[in-house]
Parts: sequence; structure tokens; C-alpha cells
Amino acid sequence: MDVMPKWADVVLIPLISILLAAILSALVILAIGENPWEALKLMVQGALGSTYGWGYTLYYATNFIFTGLAVAIAFHARMFNIGGEGQALLGGLGVAIICLYIPWPHWTLALLGAAIGAAIFGAAWAAIPAFLQAKRGSHIVITTIMFNFIAAALLNYFLIGALKVPGSMEPASAKFPEAAHLPSFQDMFSFGESTLFRGAPANITFFVAVAACVALWALIWRTRLGYEIRAFGHSESAAKYAGISPTKIIMVAMLISGALAGMMAINNVQGEAERLVLNAVEGAGFIGIAVALMGRSHPFGVFLAALLFGFLYQGGAELALWTSIPRELIIVIQALVILFTGALDNMVRMPLERLFLSMRRAKQ
Amino acid sequence: MDFATLLQMLDATMRLATPLLLACLAGLYSERAGIFDIGLEGKMLAAAFLSAAIAAVTGNVWVGLLAGIGASISLSVIHGLASITFRGNQLISGVAINFLAAGLTVVVAQSWFRQGGRTPQLTDGGRFEPITLPFAEALRDVPVIGPIYYELISGHTPLVYVAVLMVPLTWWVLYRTRFGLRLRAVGENPAAVDTAGVSVITLRYAAVAICGVLCGIAGAYLATALQAGFVKDMSAGRGFIALAALIFAKWRPWYALYACLLFGFLQAMSLRPDVIENVLNFRVNGQLLDVLPYILTVVILAGFVGKAIPPRAGGEPYVKER
Repeated sequence: MDVMPKWADVVLIPLISILLAAILSALVILAIGENPWEALKLMVQGALGSTYGWGYTLYYATNFIFTGLAVAIAFHARMFNIGGEGQALLGGLGVAIICLYIPWPHWTLALLGAAIGAAIFGAAWAAIPAFLQAKRGSHIVITTIMFNFIAAALLNYFLIGALKVPGSMEPASAKFPEAAHLPSFQDMFSFGESTLFRGAPANITFFVAVAACVALWALIWRTRLGYEIRAFGHSESAAKYAGISPTKIIMVAMLISGALAGMMAINNVQGEAERLVLNAVEGAGFIGIAVALMGRSHPFGVFLAALLFGFLYQGGAELALWTSIPRELIIVIQALVILFTGALDNMVRMPLERLFLSMRRAKQ
Repeated sequence: MDFATLLQMLDATMRLATPLLLACLAGLYSERAGIFDIGLEGKMLAAAFLSAAIAAVTGNVWVGLLAGIGASISLSVIHGLASITFRGNQLISGVAINFLAAGLTVVVAQSWFRQGGRTPQLTDGGRFEPITLPFAEALRDVPVIGPIYYELISGHTPLVYVAVLMVPLTWWVLYRTRFGLRLRAVGENPAAVDTAGVSVITLRYAAVAICGVLCGIAGAYLATALQAGFVKDMSAGRGFIALAALIFAKWRPWYALYACLLFGFLQAMSLRPDVIENVLNFRVNGQLLDVLPYILTVVILAGFVGKAIPPRAGGEPYVKER
């Protein structure tokens, strides 16, 4: 029997962990001589106080949903995919090639094509570490870290070589053709006189991300494959005994993971930049780790955590604009969230379990 | 390529290999004791910042070095708490430490010095100066040996010699002392060590602390010897290259030296594309040189060139039987 009721495991522990991270972040803000309460108000105002702010918050959240889901599905198979960054970079390469070299008649088709291209490129980049883990036992964490660096160099190579606009000094691809541009929230939600989400980068990809959440939920909890992945994650030996092939599960879970990370590129490359630039991912692959940990690897949790991080990102940008608090504060918060919800999980869990045990004893 | 250029390249190799070597040996202690550490990068970065900051404020580089080691050790304590005491996931803890350092260094640097997340340029006394070994001047004109001694062996900052001397010291500690035997045992089979009445927790904390000290020296070297001050993200993936070197060396000290020298040489080459072009008569892509350590490590990990087998209990928290 579980020591704690389910709600405590799913809601209480993450809440306490986030609270701890928030308190420490507030202390950091205090230590550098700013007012944490004022900072929070500024962040809420900047990220949620206007449709413009929401447009940025949801744009960032879309990135983090994809990378968070990528880390989450790998977690279910007890794989730690740190390579989301590299897979998302490669996804961007896929999107750029698809958008630049295929004359798309309409954005709907371009979106479909780019999503497939991004998924294939991302999955391919995850396939090599997955294969090495499954067949040669090379630790997937180390290989995916190495692949992040290799991906960054590869993109660098393409952007100063084959994809660069001739005559331009900037390491970036050409602008995608008009027909491949995705509708932004401004295009979609502005009627008549009122313009909503003016200039914000949020675009239709947000709904693709939401669909991906639902699809992944269905995959994990409503299909045989999802059951096999979870069984493998709980106990490799038991899964083997039940006739589940470890090689297959590692490969499939990592391919899905890489495809999801790669699909982030339809948001940032096709949706926002509308061309491929250097370091397009901007660390979103790593934020996926924090998002997946905080969301307890559940697609719905990932969605909520991605919204929170979208808020933190947009709020942090506003903070950097209006106060002397640099943007890097967000990285500190991100680190604290990873630390408390991931590595120091037992620090919160052990006393809580003791508390629930003694409460149950008192009742009996 | 003439002899002088070769010496220059090898000299640069020494300078660039030093932080890799220190971080690599740091990882070696930790991982040999069964604690995976992908937070080498973050510890180096934190040490680089605090050493540069304190050296800039006090004007004394040795105080700076101590502060850097302190910063690195405090991150080690977090890693120890997470992975030893609270039996958390060591890899996730390492990731958190990397981000903590990447964020905090810039936030603190900005509020402290207001120079866009960097520390002031270090001047005399705030930096490690090259030391000239005895007889270097006198032997300078002796053919071949003279220039090698003068250019390559003499004239480095003290920390370079510290790093090189750490290799035999580490070998001796690991393979010739009781502590080293227990350290290796605790990474392979902690239950056996526990049965022998030796505390697994203490041993692992000791290993993590040594790792912190060495990462601290590596970071201080970056900011106070290799360069003159801290800039944002100055560790630039060196912690991960050190990790790669550690796997390349299969967790052995002497091989760690060779791996770090190799990777340092690759870094030196990518700084001098003109030299390679002259020697090989074609251009080698700079990016390729930069990622070669990572590619080589993946190849080694894949087991195509001899298998890299990590310490058996690595990454597993130890739970005492009751």
C-alpha cells in the first residue's frame, strides 16, 4: 500500500517543491537589492496583463510543451533524454529544408509537411544515442549531451555554408516563402477594429502542442505500446519476462521523444522567425527537463508546467527590461525547480511520508 | 610547420588542457566513488566567477583561488546532499547545478559589478603570472632541448604544474593508499564496503569534496590564469569535454592526462586554422575540430574502439539494508 494518498503525491509534493524554489528565488532577488514582491507584480503585469504579454507567454509555453513532452515520454521508459536541445536544433534544420525547397501551395500543407520534417529530423538525431543505449549499453545521458554539441556545430556548419543567403554576412537561412508562413494569434483572433495579440509570436502551433499533449496521454495510458513503455520503465526485468523487447521500447520511446523535441521547431522556426537562425532553440530543450519533472511526466502536468515556465520567461524578459535584474534570473529559478522537484525530491517526500504515517496511526 | 610553431602549438595545448585535466580528475574521484557528476561544468563556472570577483576586489589571486574553491565546494555539497543523503537522481542534480551556476554567476556579477555580467579586468597581483623555471634562461640557447625547456616546460602559471602533478598524485592515492582502495570499492560494490565496517556515506562525501576542490582550481585557472576576469558562460562546455575525456580515459588517471592533452591539442588547433592549412594543404573545418572530442567519445562509448565500462555502482544511491 502507498504511504501517501495519491493527491499528496501528485499535487502536494510539486507544490511544496515549487514553493521552496520560489522562496529561494525571492531571497536571490532580495540579495541583489530588489524587491521580490514588486518583481512578481511586474512579471505578472508583463506576462499576463495584456494580450501582447499572453502572446509571448503562450509562444514560450508552446516550445516548452514540446520539449517537456519529449523528456516526459523518455522518463516513462526510464530514459533521461538531455538531448532535447540538439534534437530541437535538428528539427529546425528539417523545417528549414522543407519550407525552403518545397513550394507549398497553402500554409496548412506547409504546417503538415514541416511537422513531419521536424519530427523525422528530431527523431533521427535521437535514434543514434537510442541505438547505442539499446544495443551497446552506452549511457544515453552522456551520448545525448555529446549529440547536443555535435548538433550545434552541425547547424553552425549549415548556416555559414549551404543554407546561408549568398552575399549576406549573417549566419541565417533565407526567409521562408509567404505561403509557408503560419497564422499568428494576431491573424486568428483579431476581428474588425480590435487587434488582439499585436506583434506577439504565438501562433497556431500552440494548438498543435495541445493536440500533442492529448495524443501522448492517449498513447501512454490507452494503448498497448504505452503500457509496454510504462512497464519497461517500472521494471526492465519484469518487462523482459513479459515478452517486451527492451531494444524496441528504448528505440520507440526515444524516437517519439526526439520527434516531439524536433517538432518544437515548427513553433520557433516556422512560426516565429520564419527562417533558420543560429541557436534558434535558446535553451528550450533544457527547460523541457524542468517542465517534465514539475509536471510529473504527465502530459497534463507538462502542459501546466510549460505555461508556468512560459510565464516565467516572458515575465523575466519584462523584468530585465524595466529593472536591473538580468534575464539570467530565470535560469536560476529553472535550476531551483529542477533541483527541488527532481534531485531533492526525497527531501520533501521523506518528512511528508512520515507525517502521513503518523496521521494514519493516530486515526487507528 | 617549423619547430617554433610546433612549440607554440604544444604550449597552447598545455594551457588549454590544464582546466580539462583538473576537471577530468575531479570527475574521476567522484565517479570512481559511484557518484556520477555532470555538474563539472557548473562548478567550474561558479569557481571562475567567484575567484575572479574576489581577486578583483582584494587584488590577491591566492585569496581568489580559495574563494573559487569555496564556491565549487558549496555546489558539491548540494550535489552530495541530493545524491548521497536524499538518494536523488545524480544526473538531474548535475543538470540543476549547471543551470544554477550559469544563472547565479551572471545575476550576482551584474548586481555586484554592473558590467553586463562580467567581472572587472584583473591586473597585476589579481592574476596568476607565468613562472620561469630554474636555468630556463641559461639553457635557452641550447639547440632543441633549450627551446623545449624554455617555451614548453617553463613559463606556465603555477596551476598548470599543479594540474600535471595531480596526475601521479591521483594515481598514488587511488592505487597505493587505503583510502583509494576503499574509494574504488565504494564505486564498484558499496555493500561490500559497508560490510567491512567502512562508512559509504563518508567515503562518498569525501570523493565529492575532492571533486569540488579540483573543479574549483580548474575554474579559478580559467578566470585568473587563462584569461583576466570572468565573462558569462566562460567555461564554454569544458566541463563536458572533461567528462568526455574521463570516459575516453576509462576512468584512469594517466589516461586522463593523455585524453586531456589530446583534447587540448584539438582546441589549440582550432585556434590556429592557418597552421593546419599550411601543414595539410587543405582547410580543416573549425567546427569539426571543436566537436571531435564529442564524436570520439561517442565512438568510444559505442564500444567500437575498446569498451568503456563505468564503475559498476555509478549513479546508484546506496540504501543500507535494515
